[in-house]
Amino acid sequence: MFYRESGDFKSTYSADQQTFPIKFDRIAVGVILAFAFVVVPFLINDYWEKSILLPFLVWGMAALGLNILTGYCGQVSLGTGGFMAVGAYASYKITTSFPELNMFLVILLSGGVTAFVGILFGLPSLRIKGFYLAVATLAAQFFLVWLFNKVPWFYNYSASGMITVPERTVFGIAITGSNSPPWATYLFCLTFLVVFAFIARNLTRGRIGRSWMAIRDMDIAAEIIGVPPLQAKLSAFAVSSFYIGISGALFFSVYLGAAEPTEAFGIDKSFLVLFMIIIGGLGSIFGSFVGAAFMVLLPVLFKNIMVGGFGWPTDMVQHFIFMLVGGLIMFFLIVEPHGLAQLWRVTKEKLRLWPFPH
Amino acid sequence: MSPDILNTLEVILNGLMAGVMYSLVALGFVLIFKASGIFNYAQGVMALFAALTLVGIQTGQVPFSHLINVMFGTNYHNWSNGINTVAAIILTMCVMVLLAWLVEKIVLRHLVNQEPIILFMATIGLAFFLEGLGDLMWGANIKVLDVGLPSGGSFWLEDVTKEWASEGSEYFGMYIDVLDVWAAGIAIILVVALTIFSQYTKTGRALRAVADDHQAALTVGISLRTIWVVVWSIAGFVALVAGIMWGSKSGIQFSLSLIALKALPVLILGGFTSIPGAIIGGLIIGVGEKLFEFSLGPLIGGATENWFAYVLALMFLMFRPQGLFGDKIIERV
Repeated sequence: MFYRESGDFKSTYSADQQTFPIKFDRIAVGVILAFAFVVVPFLINDYWEKSILLPFLVWGMAALGLNILTGYCGQVSLGTGGFMAVGAYASYKITTSFPELNMFLVILLSGGVTAFVGILFGLPSLRIKGFYLAVATLAAQFFLVWLFNKVPWFYNYSASGMITVPERTVFGIAITGSNSPPWATYLFCLTFLVVFAFIARNLTRGRIGRSWMAIRDMDIAAEIIGVPPLQAKLSAFAVSSFYIGISGALFFSVYLGAAEPTEAFGIDKSFLVLFMIIIGGLGSIFGSFVGAAFMVLLPVLFKNIMVGGFGWPTDMVQHFIFMLVGGLIMFFLIVEPHGLAQLWRVTKEKLRLWPFPH
Repeated sequence: MSPDILNTLEVILNGLMAGVMYSLVALGFVLIFKASGIFNYAQGVMALFAALTLVGIQTGQVPFSHLINVMFGTNYHNWSNGINTVAAIILTMCVMVLLAWLVEKIVLRHLVNQEPIILFMATIGLAFFLEGLGDLMWGANIKVLDVGLPSGGSFWLEDVTKEWASEGSEYFGMYIDVLDVWAAGIAIILVVALTIFSQYTKTGRALRAVADDHQAALTVGISLRTIWVVVWSIAGFVALVAGIMWGSKSGIQFSLSLIALKALPVLILGGFTSIPGAIIGGLIIGVGEKLFEFSLGPLIGGATENWFAYVLALMFLMFRPQGLFGDKIIERV
């Protein structure tokens, strides 16, 4: 009735090729963005910022990055935590070495550093596939975390071995450190997420994205029809690590403020992001966000119900959440292996025909 | 002999012992992978779960006691003062078989014909589930497992090696944990038993048939479902043995499940489909990381054991992508 292409005639190429071809999508995205940018900053408070919105934005970014690598290019990676650590430490080193540098630039540069590291650890992917590659990325995870623990240069020889972010401002408003207002940090992260989600969406629609998907579907066949595996795989590693690096930099400098590698960027973080994209949907930008929202909200929800409502001890609730997350993952894989994004796709198909399905 | 040589020898021996421990976990992986093509990430957590259950039964804890106490305001903790170790092991084995049956019934049956990566992720979900379940059932505190295996250094070896050292040198003998020697012995028995089982019994033959070709096995009348339950039960048994060994060595705690990750490079070295490969891969990793830590560790900050195994596996893969003993990977379009 309202969600369909018919009647929406395109008369130029640019209109035909635009990011959201269906009018309803354009309006919906516009409304959501307007709400996120204009309304939410007035409503936000410390609790919402720290326990829901910032984690969602940061993990959404990481999930987006991993989804590019795993969902679009088919290279399973368990090194997400390690790459996030690279982003975090890069942002720390850059911002302490060049204090005047704009924070936007610092975050982007840390993404660039991570992309470089990502290419290095992506090199084995040219020879190794599947599970073997997953184990190879574990090497990245453990080696990087060890490196940041053991080489004092990375944490500026601080006595505790931790990195603490200095206060930095954007347009005169603090966005890192303890004096930053919730709306400023929220808007800062949101800007990154929206811009890079847009870029990711268009990357995956274009030539590069198609070469990734060709490699994912069958690498030998892709090679035969002329997709260069070297370029495709390494560019996927680079772009994915860039995103994950940005997410790590935001995680450390805006959200945590202080970090210690084993605790903040351990292997459990790699799995967390992997779960997000499985539950959300492999090979879907929208799925990355749904997955991230799901994994961020679920523990908060259960903690509120069980600790707040039933008065159970916190550690027991923690175990319960573990069970639930595990159970849900199995449930989703059995019922819908393509994740929540697939459910949304099915709904859209239904909407197109509503109210007169054949 | 000079103390340096003896020290190196000691490091190598300890590495071999540690390698046996890794092999024990890797063995469970290989069994399941061969029979069902599933890469079972939950193997490490199964070891943790088995060890937790064993201690719980052995000391006579009431399962879910914390949960029951919180929900109904009661105060149950133990139903007895503990039972015989052998009986506890048998009961735990029953629990593992039940678990295998449930996993097949609830999860795997619905995932037949899915891509391997989906199955792999399902086992990650299973790992999380078991981890939460184990903690909820028996409590999350660190437990001491004592099944009566001897532990501590061997004085005999210490005395013998002390005599080997040259006169006047400061050498006080080797330290080898007796428990490790036991673990090595048990691992050897386990491998021999598994080999005999798979070569000379009817079920074993069926297992090998399924490993070779699922469909062909189905056509000659082998029930895949039964085989999967059997395989997961055997993997549960191996997990129990690994859990007992690791648990007696370092206590039962969450970090036990992380040895599953250590088993991955072992598998890569040995190849996913080879039982001898799992053993030899474990030994190579064990000796390699101990030697590396001993020789180069102090120069670059120590604690290299965290990553050395993975990097070694990575290097190795560059030259032999299918591992030492794995089947050759043939790709067709």
